Amino acid sequence: MSLDLRNTCNGKQLILLLIFVLLSPLNWAKEAMPVAEDPVLERRMIALSEDLRCLVCQNESLAGSRADFANDLRREIREQMQANKSDKEIVDFLVARYGDFVLYRPPVKPATYLLWAGPFVFLLTGAGILFFYLKRRRKQIEEPPLTEEQHRHAEALLKEDKGNNA
Amino acid sequence: MIPELGNFALILALLLAITQGTLPIIGAARGIPSWIALARPVVQGQFVFLAIAFGCLAYSFVNNDFSVMNVARNSNSELPIQYRIAASWGSHEGSLLLWVFMLSAWSVAVSVFSRHLPDEMVARVLGVMGLVSVGFILFLLVTSNPFDRLLPAAFEGSDLNPLLQDPGMVIHPPMLYMGYVGFSVAFAFAIAALISGEMDAAWARWSRPWTTVAWVFLTIGIMLGSWWAYYELGWGGWWFWDPVENASFLPWLVGTALVHSLAVTEKRGSFKSWTVLLAICAFSLSLLGTFLVRSGVLTSVHAFATDPARGVFILAFLVIVIGSSLLLFAWRAPKVGLGGKFDLVSRESMLLANNLLLMVAAGSVLLGTLYPLIMDSLDLGKISVGPPYFEAVFVPLMTPAIFLMGLGPLARWKQASLPELMLRLRWAFGVSVVTALLMPFIMGEWKPLVSFGLLLAFWVIATIFVSIRQRLHNSGQGGLFTKLARQSRSYYSMHLAHFGIAVFIIGVTLVNGYETEKDVRMEIGSTVEMGGYTFRFNGASPVSGPNYQAMRGDIDVLHNGEKIRVMQPEKRTYNASGMAMTEPAIDTGFLRDLYVALGEPLEDGAWVVRVYHKPFVDWIWFGCLLMAFGGILAVTDRRYRLKVHTKHVETATVADDKRVASNPRLSTGGKKA
Amino acid sequence: MTRFLLPLAAFIVLVGFLAVGLNLKPREVPSPLIGKPAPVFQSQLLHEPERMLASQDNLGKVWLLNVWASWCVSCREEHPLLVELAKSGIVPIYGLNYKDKRDLALQWLSQYGDPYTVSVVDPEGRIGIDYGVYGVPETYVIDKNGVIRHKQIGPVTIESLEKKILPLIKELQG
Repeated sequence: MSLDLRNTCNGKQLILLLIFVLLSPLNWAKEAMPVAEDPVLERRMIALSEDLRCLVCQNESLAGSRADFANDLRREIREQMQANKSDKEIVDFLVARYGDFVLYRPPVKPATYLLWAGPFVFLLTGAGILFFYLKRRRKQIEEPPLTEEQHRHAEALLKEDKGNNA
Repeated sequence: MIPELGNFALILALLLAITQGTLPIIGAARGIPSWIALARPVVQGQFVFLAIAFGCLAYSFVNNDFSVMNVARNSNSELPIQYRIAASWGSHEGSLLLWVFMLSAWSVAVSVFSRHLPDEMVARVLGVMGLVSVGFILFLLVTSNPFDRLLPAAFEGSDLNPLLQDPGMVIHPPMLYMGYVGFSVAFAFAIAALISGEMDAAWARWSRPWTTVAWVFLTIGIMLGSWWAYYELGWGGWWFWDPVENASFLPWLVGTALVHSLAVTEKRGSFKSWTVLLAICAFSLSLLGTFLVRSGVLTSVHAFATDPARGVFILAFLVIVIGSSLLLFAWRAPKVGLGGKFDLVSRESMLLANNLLLMVAAGSVLLGTLYPLIMDSLDLGKISVGPPYFEAVFVPLMTPAIFLMGLGPLARWKQASLPELMLRLRWAFGVSVVTALLMPFIMGEWKPLVSFGLLLAFWVIATIFVSIRQRLHNSGQGGLFTKLARQSRSYYSMHLAHFGIAVFIIGVTLVNGYETEKDVRMEIGSTVEMGGYTFRFNGASPVSGPNYQAMRGDIDVLHNGEKIRVMQPEKRTYNASGMAMTEPAIDTGFLRDLYVALGEPLEDGAWVVRVYHKPFVDWIWFGCLLMAFGGILAVTDRRYRLKVHTKHVETATVADDKRVASNPRLSTGGKKA
Repeated sequence: MTRFLLPLAAFIVLVGFLAVGLNLKPREVPSPLIGKPAPVFQSQLLHEPERMLASQDNLGKVWLLNVWASWCVSCREEHPLLVELAKSGIVPIYGLNYKDKRDLALQWLSQYGDPYTVSVVDPEGRIGIDYGVYGVPETYVIDKNGVIRHKQIGPVTIESLEKKILPLIKELQG
């Protein structure tokens, strides 16, 4: 749209026009700013904190806890991430000071082999026992064959009952 | 006066419980009809006294009697009346009284709905429940009396924890306890069967509806707890694998295994000892849960504050109840006959595989929950076991179980053919895979875990269709609706419950895969966009509640430019305790929840606001409801509503079991489910 | 036959652990720093902000580091004991004023007594994080070589003093 400046007879109209131009799009509302200075970093921090334990709480993660202490640790993690420390380095930092208790994912070390291997071992053992037991059981059970009368009875039931047995 | 009356009623209830726990059992063993006949009336008497006791406690709460210590610690005169009543079970002592009251209610139910059972059996069942009751009432009277006085009386109470001042929190414990206590019925039936030595399939038939109802209550109880955590705690999470949550989940897992195992035992007479063991295990886990929550042994947001002395009492009780049950089991179970024969590939074996997977899952959850304790007691250091462990372990275990959910209903009893099943299900499999691969694109982004979860869910749904279609095909003559009407409720309940699981999985998968969150500073008039919605903050203003002061935010939700809703999250401070609580505002929808919570206040009326878009999150609890409906449908099956069989017929049936067990079509159990 | 006893056996093992568990404190987090060098810090003194104390300054002597704050209720429980201990001169006590305000801290000390040789400030809790502090009060016993030898979680009690802390200090002092 071209503006024929020669036809505008006063600066007031020009100013009005300028105002209109500046005010569109007419969405007045301001987009809210994220709380975190760096939302990407924040997401990374929260993701890491979700697997860490808040030590002063009754079983809450560092991500979810509102405790003052949790705030301090989250700040610490944030700062270390800003200093380009890797997730592993940050976790090691915390474990060095607070022990394995701070990890919600138990470390894999000799004391926890039973924990991590347990379910798998239970499953294999259980499946094995079940399999062999079922095989043995089949051999153990005597199944007397049906008599003539029972056969006929069964046929009759089947004919009448055809609808309900899949 | 009233508290003393309540205390006295408890003592009387104890005496009746002792009677109930001894005479009928001895009477059944020695054949003394008058002692056997005592069972029902004594049960009903115990119920009356426990009702009086509970009533007295509730009365003290409602009337703000702060001379009762329990009331002074857990209530407040500004507390609205519904929460004053709920506070009577909000504490350790009160909740135990509720437990024992519900136990007596279940006992009454058993005494009423058991006319068709042999009297000796009923006597033993009620007797066992009486013994459990003795333990709990004794525990109450000796260590945790809710009627203890506080003298001089307090002017005002310390208030019920604001977290508990919520309708969801009010019904969650009663539902849970109905479930825990309900498993005591299955337990009692199992013990009665062991005591009498009559381990035929009849007891499985009798205890099945009771077990299912207990399972339904537990499902609803757990679902309510999860839903409550979601809408109350302000972070949108719904399951934390917290020790107390696990303590409720363990009996549920075993209970589910039990419900399936009872099906095998009822129909085929097989695996009677295994089912008995499961019934003992389910109730034992309920008791173990009680111990874990109240002994201080595990750290949890849910734990009651108690002292180790109480822990010792409960542990002793556990040892006596579970120890003697397992001893009885070791003694009697070996003598039981084996029941019907079946192939390695058959519906029986698939149900057993289901049992195996559920029990391994339960064992793993138990291991993870107790491992920190185990390590600490062995002086190996302190660790934490949290969601990363449980999720890594639970999901792989449940995957084959869900796969089996598709095969099981289609497999024949006694002998099934794997190739035939695969043939029948090839379309179901194909459809599931294709749909699971395509759906994530509709949601916006393909994610492998989402596809996997959807595959499981769609597999279940597709196989339900195949199963019903096949069933209808074999249902004789008639139109679609005639055929549909011919199937038993039991049959539909199975599919409904399994369908509930599929819905649950869809909810979990999609919300985990696609939920979004924004944590923003909102000045008055500013907006934030998420999930196709625009949220406009209009400031927060002070409001007053019955027992709290709050700042209430005002947020317009716009969709396509149109205002569809106003959301009003609150930040409350409770008068009595000074505790602060965040109450999120939730817009519930079939396909998504919008979840808004206030954070901290900033300058100039601005606030930090957390906004979440959670797609399909309500499908999680809807799925649980469907499971519960499935259970309810199952217990209203025709065979439970038929006129009472005479005892004569029943005893004949019992003798027939052995002959009949090997030929399913002659079974008198009625329809196959 | 014996396989039917397995559930009972498993149960007994479980009960064993639970019984032991009743006497444990699941919320107490033991410090992994015991036997390791005390983290180095340098901070302003509470009373004289222009002066600093570095933890290395204490090498060569056995000392206690007590983490305290004016907002900490349990600190008041242990404080009289610390004051007495300081009077006895057995071991110097250094305070770490944790996440506190200077004027409130000074006021608290003048009200309840000052057992500390000096107190250093840790307004943001950073020194605390280095030491694995997660609650207040906590007390560390540090030896002549700057190695942490013991951590007392929670208030110092007469029992913990008599049974653990004092004997250890005596041993470390040689």
